[in-house]
Amino acid sequence: MSIEQAEIAKIAELAKIRIADREIGEVTSRIASILAMVEQMQVVDTSGLEPMAHPLDASQRLRPDVVMETDQREQFQPLAPELEDDLYLVPRVLD
Amino acid sequence: MPAQTITALLKGMCNKEFSSVEITRGYLASIAANNPGLNAFITVTGETALAQAGAADQRRANGENTPLLGVPLAHKDIFCTRGVRTSCGSRMLGNFVPPYDATVISKLNAAGSISLGKTNMDEFAMGSSTETSFYGPTLNPWARDRVPGGSSGGSAVAVAAGLAPAATGTDTGGSIRQPAALCGLTGIKPTYGRVSRLGMVAFASSLDQAGPMARTAEDCALLLSAMAGFDPADSTSIDREVEDYRSQLNRGLSGLKVGVPTEYFNAALDDGIAGVVLEGLRQLEQMGVTLVDISLPHTDLCVSAYYVIAPAEASTNLSRYDGVRYGYRCAEPSDLHDLYSRTREEGFGAEVKRRILVGTYALSAGYYEAYYRKAQQIRRLLQQDFVRAFEQVDIIAGPTTPHLAWRFGEKSSDPIAMYLEDSYTLGVNLAGLPAISAPAGFSEQLPVGMQLIGDYFSEGRLLNVAHQFQQQTDWHQRTPVRN
Repeated sequence: MSIEQAEIAKIAELAKIRIADREIGEVTSRIASILAMVEQMQVVDTSGLEPMAHPLDASQRLRPDVVMETDQREQFQPLAPELEDDLYLVPRVLD
Repeated sequence: MPAQTITALLKGMCNKEFSSVEITRGYLASIAANNPGLNAFITVTGETALAQAGAADQRRANGENTPLLGVPLAHKDIFCTRGVRTSCGSRMLGNFVPPYDATVISKLNAAGSISLGKTNMDEFAMGSSTETSFYGPTLNPWARDRVPGGSSGGSAVAVAAGLAPAATGTDTGGSIRQPAALCGLTGIKPTYGRVSRLGMVAFASSLDQAGPMARTAEDCALLLSAMAGFDPADSTSIDREVEDYRSQLNRGLSGLKVGVPTEYFNAALDDGIAGVVLEGLRQLEQMGVTLVDISLPHTDLCVSAYYVIAPAEASTNLSRYDGVRYGYRCAEPSDLHDLYSRTREEGFGAEVKRRILVGTYALSAGYYEAYYRKAQQIRRLLQQDFVRAFEQVDIIAGPTTPHLAWRFGEKSSDPIAMYLEDSYTLGVNLAGLPAISAPAGFSEQLPVGMQLIGDYFSEGRLLNVAHQFQQQTDWHQRTPVRN
């Protein structure tokens, strides 16, 4: 299955990764070759096989519904690139 | 300072031949002299290492003892270390100083070890050569024009070149075993869930496991006993008692059935490596094991299944890097979309972006069934191969890598050539099994690794076989010529 530049642009938009116009051609051809490689899977008959999500088929453990962690905002917030009044700052979203 | 094992260092400290401060100084001096040429460490924590060593000496003088008291270690820069930058080999986390320790780090600290610093790695552990690090490649001390393997290449080189007696690594598709093989070390990837993933920067969550890299299987046993264990804070951690791996090292091998998969001796395998590994298998035979030809018929599908599942999980895990709460942020974003997309364009390197895009594609509407679900079904086939094999044999043995350490740049322009280097290691991660790589000899004066694969939770047996092999051979004692 070959992939078009427009499709890569759409995927990049979904993944929130900007790709410069001069790079889109190369990125597309690299990804096309990876997808061509994994195409090998399609010839294998896997009908009736249960997909394997966890090596030991373990299911999610549940824990008692009690408070396990306390607020640690003083430790985490200083890591942010931009803060104001204890809030994370991003560019204006609404005018 | 000659290459030392942890076991020898502990004995020397116990007998008061030297102190932890003395050996820590020795390793820091070795780092200062050799790291500029090798680039094994991204961050060196000399001051805190000496303070920890002093405290360890004091504890020993007070009659205290813990399994790794006063032993210096190097940690892959993927493990969160409180107060010490954890870059994961990426520009994205170049300024990230975690406020907490990974469980692996806190367990090793509790055992008394000392941290010399953080080692170089492929960016977000995505690579097989340590060439994708934002902080520059790490050089193989056996031949400095060659790669050390990856992604735990900095840890491998730190130990191989005598900058640390042992190190931590992580293995998502071979990232402990392959650099161990290419640098002449012993490294073990435990059963999925055996070691906590908390605080280990996530790449592909259903495959990632941490493990030790050291000079000997005995040292790996000592380290793994300290690292392993149930962690309620990791939802995939297995609640099962940790064995004392060291106490199993001296079991005899007589009667052990060792399977040799024909698919691991395929046309891709380098002739020199084949010769060395076959000689290693003959050595095991002389030690009492029975070799049995086996088949893992779906082996050639490993690379395809892995390069769907790992990128898919990576694309999800790496969506957290948004330039808002921590890590890199682009300059002067014009709006929120520009903030996200330019932060991620500038913060990630080419291979990481490629994998995020492949993963996003494989999970996107209309393609999920054909890619991700299909890959998970193939994963089941691969696991069944191993299940059938372990009905016949106790362990599986073969080469760790198809090729010797290659020259810089030789494969970095062709991602698929690089991916194929992991052909013999990926199946283990997809099935969730434990496997060890141990030095088996040399070809063209470069180290060759032999891989031993075991059934779930058979780490003790794998370490035992590797240890017994190391009692009869001296490949693991060879060190690169200092140049």
